[in-house]
Amino acid sequence: MKLITAVIKPHQLDAVKEALQAFGVAGLTVTEASGYGRQRGHTEVYRGAEYTVDLVPKIRIEVVVADEDADDVIDVLVKAARTGKIGDGKVWSVPVETVVRVRTGERGPDAL
Amino acid sequence: MPDGFSAGDTAFVLISAALVMLMTPGLAFFYGGMVRVKSTLNMLVMSFISLAIVSVLWVLYGYTLSFGTDAFHGLIGNLDHLGMRGIGMNDLTGSIPVTAFAAFQLMFAIITPALISGAIADRAKFAAWSLFIALWVTLVYFPVAHWVFFFDGGHGGWLGDRQGVIDFAGGTAVHINAGVAGLALCLVLGKRVGFKKDPMRPHSLPLVMLGSGLLWFGWFGFNAGSALAANGVAGMAFMNTQVATAAAMLGWLAFEKIKHGAFTSLGAASGAVAGLVAITPACGSVSMLGAVAIGLIAGGICAAAISLKYKLGFDDSLDVVGVHAVGGAVGSLLIGFFATGHVGQTAQGLFYGGGLGQLGKQALGVVVVAVYSFVISWLLGQAIQKTIGFRVTEDIEVAGIDRAEHAESAYDFSAVGASLSRALNAPTLVPAGAETKTEVDA
Repeated sequence: MKLITAVIKPHQLDAVKEALQAFGVAGLTVTEASGYGRQRGHTEVYRGAEYTVDLVPKIRIEVVVADEDADDVIDVLVKAARTGKIGDGKVWSVPVETVVRVRTGERGPDAL
Repeated sequence: MPDGFSAGDTAFVLISAALVMLMTPGLAFFYGGMVRVKSTLNMLVMSFISLAIVSVLWVLYGYTLSFGTDAFHGLIGNLDHLGMRGIGMNDLTGSIPVTAFAAFQLMFAIITPALISGAIADRAKFAAWSLFIALWVTLVYFPVAHWVFFFDGGHGGWLGDRQGVIDFAGGTAVHINAGVAGLALCLVLGKRVGFKKDPMRPHSLPLVMLGSGLLWFGWFGFNAGSALAANGVAGMAFMNTQVATAAAMLGWLAFEKIKHGAFTSLGAASGAVAGLVAITPACGSVSMLGAVAIGLIAGGICAAAISLKYKLGFDDSLDVVGVHAVGGAVGSLLIGFFATGHVGQTAQGLFYGGGLGQLGKQALGVVVVAVYSFVISWLLGQAIQKTIGFRVTEDIEVAGIDRAEHAESAYDFSAVGASLSRALNAPTLVPAGAETKTEVDA
């Protein structure tokens, strides 16, 4: 199994969610996040004092999928999240040893 | 009631007093929105505590020191009215009861020290601040109010009644006084941890806007009420207050757009307050066009003045110096140019054929109040710092002063915190038929 983590623009969330549902991903976890990549942040002015706000609002999506689905899910996710403009985000995956469904106790891919 | 009593004037002044009272909570929100989340409550309570402390001191000895018959060369009132002794319900000040006048002036005495608190946001011990308020109103506000506001046919306060300094509603006694005291205190306490390095953005601009709106509303009582009668001067002061404030907002925003490229909400709120401050001394002596000019000038100058703290390196957290000291001085001095001689006072400014005489008097008032306020405030601040300590420790300042000084926090947005508190406290509402078992491991 693989944990796929995506950090994307907040307004791309719906598109990504729909694309993952259409692909058949059963569930996902969404967190509000903030951070920056190469584009850095923006400037705000308060009574003449300019602040560079490095951390930009982002959405972090996490899904765990079976090994054989991982590449396809990443493709689907990237395609749905892309706007072509700066700050579109990053996607990465890491191996997952175990998944347990809390309600039933099932383990492994069955628990997804 | 005795001859000369006016029910209309009395009703107007009592309502004005209530309006001025509302300015202090308004100020609390204006300041409260400008600080970081972790010190919001402290900022609010620093204003609210002034309502408690000054009200009590006013009855004990504040009123008599400010408005008792002059005891010494226009410098201080006598002690005839300690504890409000000798003031009956039928005694009049002009056409209103002394009680109504005392209530109105009390509200000025309350908001003036509250204004100072913005200069030392995030870092003052609450007990030390409370002590400072009590000492400061006693040694600074009450005497200065006597100098400026006490009229007794040439035998009253030395600046207003004897020298002819015009301060209709408190440009010197309230705003320069508080602004300069703020400068003295922020020098005594030192800079906030992270000043110029960490972002110290306002945590809630809607609160700032709400606060400035309440201030603006209450300011009609402050300025128009200072006529102490429901008359033409009050109407003129009311209109002058409105148009100067409007013009100052435009002036501040124009400065900001040119200098920084954006019209900010904080700039709109700050410009309004700067205009209110500047027109305060002048609203009873200038025309409406003069008020527009004063507002525009004050808006631009105050917007420029707030950058002084970065250039000179003092941490006046919420720009009390830039808005109140500078705004008050601008308004007071401009009387020397714009006083028409046809509103509440007969003195004429330079533009109305009065020469430089009135400008000189205004400059005297500005300098005397500024120097007195700075020296005494600095000494009081040092005395408190050296004895009980004025500033919280660095740990507390970084962690947030609200929890350390007040054992509270302004907001709880944490979903985790909410569900934890549900899990840890036995539910009081149980759905019918549900089995409940609430054992919690310690």
